This record gives sequence, C-alpha cells and structure tokens, in this order.
Amino acid sequence: MTRTERLDSTFAALSDPTRRAILARLALGEATVTELAEPFEMSQPAISKHLKVLELAGLISRGRDAQRRPCKLEAAPLEEANKWLERYREFWEGSFKRLDALLEEMKKKETRRKR
Amino acid sequence: MIQHSGNLELTTPGDREIVMRRTFDAPRRLVFDAYTKPELVRQWLGVFDGHSMSECEIDLRVGGRYHYVWTLKDGTRMGLGGVFREIVVPERIVSTEKFDEPWYGDQEALDTVTFDESNGRTTLTISVLAPSKEARDMMLKSGMADGVTAGYDQLDKILESLQAEVKR
Repeated sequence: MTRTERLDSTFAALSDPTRRAILARLALGEATVTELAEPFEMSQPAISKHLKVLELAGLISRGRDAQRRPCKLEAAPLEEANKWLERYREFWEGSFKRLDALLEEMKKKETRRKR
Repeated sequence: MIQHSGNLELTTPGDREIVMRRTFDAPRRLVFDAYTKPELVRQWLGVFDGHSMSECEIDLRVGGRYHYVWTLKDGTRMGLGGVFREIVVPERIVSTEKFDEPWYGDQEALDTVTFDESNGRTTLTISVLAPSKEARDMMLKSGMADGVTAGYDQLDKILESLQAEVKR
C-alpha cells in the first residue's frame, strides 16, 4: 500500500462510530471478540466484520492463539492519520487566533482616530 | 457532520466541499480589510508557531490574481494562489485556489468567502469546493472526510491514553 492508500483505509476505518469505540476500548488493553461484543450489544459476527476492517487498515492486530485471537491496538497508522488532521485544524485555528488579535488592534486604532 | 473545535466550525456538506465558520468580535468591514489587504493578511494567515508569510500579493478586482507564499518553520516553502471571480465589498469574495505544488494535479478549487455582520460581530464563512472528491481528500488528506472530524475527538482520546500507556 502507498502512503495515500494507507491513509485512505485508516480514514475509512475511522468513519464508523462502532469502530472508533472498539479502538477506544482497545486503547485500554487487549480484548477478545466476546469481550468486545458485550458492551456494544452486537452479535459476534457483526463485531468480527468491524474487526476485519480495522485489521485491514492496520489499526489492530490479532493474536495467534486460535481460540481467543485477542485484538490489540496498533498505534502507528492512527498517529499518521492524526498528524494530517492536526495540521489542517492547527492552520486555521492558529490563523484565526492571530486574526482575533489583529482585529482588536484595528478596532483600537479606529477608536483613537475618531477622537 | 459538524465539529466545533474552539469556536471554529467545520462541515462537509457534500463530497467536494469543505465549509469553515468562525465568528469574530469586529464589524465586517474590518474583517474584510484583514482578509484582503496584503499588509494585514501577512500578519495572520498561516502566521503562527514559527511559520511566516514571505510573499503576499492581492489584486482585489474581478480577474485580478492573488498569491501567498509561506515559509514554514522547517524552512519548507508553500505557495497558494488564484484569480478573483466575484467581489462584493465587504460581503463576499469568490476566487479560484490552487497550490503551487501540484498536490492534486493541475485542478483548481473554488473558494467562496462570506462576511455576515450581526450586532457588531462578524461571522466568516469559507467554503472550498474541490474539483473532485479525490482532490478534496487529497488537499486535506483529509481532515474533513465524512466522519473523520467527528472521530477526531475520539482519536485524540485514544492517542492520549496510548501516550499514558507508554509512559507507564
């Protein structure tokens, strides 16, 4: 997978609220499909489908143990996706904060001129 | 899908569009000036955290060009420019937008910026219409893709707990 394709699959995997909740749960530690299915009130096959998407996106890995196959969060793709989001948000938030300050200055200058 | 972060609102009304909305405590003629006068623009747009704007040209008339160049804190040069299509002072600006580096081919995005004043405060709305869904996602890679910003807070939490995990 290219970097772009990898990011695409990361973002696609993150677009679902159940999958994000699964990741949040796995951030606390490994869990089996049964353990994951419980709090979501979803069937195990439904959870397994979500896990497949997360696994293909490289966001989780599954253990070797054939019985349990515990799921584990993989941090690297999340961090890469996060960097992209962060950059865009920071650009505008940083800019707008500067604009706030500039507008304050402009207002002060205008008041002074009017006097 | 809407996300409020600080008081910046980001939405993705369609496959190709990104809309940002932010309210400023100033009348719109000041916000319009800050948005269109080079000596003012270079004081705020992308200017924070060690990044600076090294070039800023704005020929504010229909058919006129604008061009911005930033020098990022790591020394990288980033350029962006376009042509004004519609100007209504101090209400509305429509312009094309294209990065100097051909990140998404040679296609242009169309920006519509509106300035709405109410009780001395101005709501700035910036809509970016990309030439295709692919181009939009490429432009941002893709902060605004459906569900992604909604997942952002969640993602933040995940990363925080991951960092806490690592420190332990």
